[in-house]
Amino acid sequence: MNGFLLQYLPIVIFLGIATVLGLGFILAAAILAPKAPDPEKLSAYECGFNAFDDARMKFDVRFYLVSILFIIFDLEVAFLFPWAVSLMKLPQEVQPFAFWSMMTFLGVLTVGFIYEWKKGALEWE
Amino acid sequence: MTSTALDFWATPLGWTLITVGQILLVVIGVLLSLAFLLLADRKIWAGVQMRKGPNVVGPFGLFQSFADFFKFVLKEIVIPSGADKVVFIAAPLISFILAFGAWAVIPFAPGWVVSNINVGVLYLFAISSLGVYGIIMGGWASNSKYPFLGSLRSAAQMVSYEVSLGFIIITVILLSGSMNLQTIVEHQAGGFWNWHAFALPTIIVMFPMMVIFFISALAETNRPPFDLPEAESELVAGYQVEYSSTPYLLFMIGEYSNIVLMCAMISLLFFGGWQAPFPTPFLEAWSPTAVSLFGFLWFAIKIVFWFFMFAMAKAIVPRYRYDQLMRLGWKVFLPVSLVAVMLIAAWRVFGPQA
Repeated sequence: MNGFLLQYLPIVIFLGIATVLGLGFILAAAILAPKAPDPEKLSAYECGFNAFDDARMKFDVRFYLVSILFIIFDLEVAFLFPWAVSLMKLPQEVQPFAFWSMMTFLGVLTVGFIYEWKKGALEWE
Repeated sequence: MTSTALDFWATPLGWTLITVGQILLVVIGVLLSLAFLLLADRKIWAGVQMRKGPNVVGPFGLFQSFADFFKFVLKEIVIPSGADKVVFIAAPLISFILAFGAWAVIPFAPGWVVSNINVGVLYLFAISSLGVYGIIMGGWASNSKYPFLGSLRSAAQMVSYEVSLGFIIITVILLSGSMNLQTIVEHQAGGFWNWHAFALPTIIVMFPMMVIFFISALAETNRPPFDLPEAESELVAGYQVEYSSTPYLLFMIGEYSNIVLMCAMISLLFFGGWQAPFPTPFLEAWSPTAVSLFGFLWFAIKIVFWFFMFAMAKAIVPRYRYDQLMRLGWKVFLPVSLVAVMLIAAWRVFGPQA
């Protein structure tokens, strides 16, 4: 295995150890704790009555809207990451070009942002 | 003898043993400090409200968290009959694993890091994004209305504030020119006037960015005043309603681990990580271990300071309304941090030292 990938091996081991620890906690309670199941205890929490329909109901469309907007802007951030690292490593005469090309990209997205603001996509009433 | 010992540590087996040892050190260290920070959180909250807080278990209640831990382990795991059992158990596990996995790239002191990858900041950003999954899975699997609504709110809130967190991280990367956390910290050496939050002349942009990062971190970790997913007066406890025993404990450890991780991130990105707030030319004469311990001390002090800020915010700030929360995230923080990215980039390209 090459050295570059070897840097990431400790992270994999770390996640493995965290998994073992988390499973250990759950198993400890499963073994040590008492078990006395009861239909009332196992029913879903409600305000004093039996739950009368499935809890996975229809929900507000604005949650979808937020996640769509999030994808747009998070992708934008993802594009900015490599640009931010390489910007100062470029030769000095190319830097303004790199700067302005990213500003154009951000400008296009800002136009979209203003549009969705004006359309009321960011309102939560 | 020495050469054979060296040979052994260079073999794959020796390397694995060292790595596992380091990881266990980090995990146990984080778990132990979480136990005491959790107590500190409750004590500060109590102090602001003129109460005593937990003071029965051990001196000053110091062992309260450990008593709580045993209580959790000895309680029955209740899985609601309508729940999706696999997802129900997997959700707190995912929260816990991700909250701990992020610590793999945190440099605690010069050279003290489990995995010194060159995209450390990106890794932290990615792991904190994945944290949404644990919460939304927990809320969906419970098959109960309060957790479902709580997890929806939580997911929308976390993704909204993640965008501005991302933009603020970009400004730090632009200043230091690297995504490696060690390089970012080394870039802030030589006194607090070189820290990203205070360095002249970028302090005009970076100090407000630090404040926005702190507030976004509060929202990202569902801490008061942004604890709407578990607003106890309306949603009881949000996505955690149906959880009991150690699955609940895993959610809680994950939550507090994320909070302390955010404190560590603010320290690394804006407050110079392990750097002392004054120039340290005398460190050249010290042994590497002493230098590392000295740095670790400063890093720990900074984390505790930021955790104190988190606890104070919880104690003194009233809860936001949901529409106010979304407005703050999308209409204030997002444009402001976007403009900050443009300003910092312009300053780096056209500024004096370019």
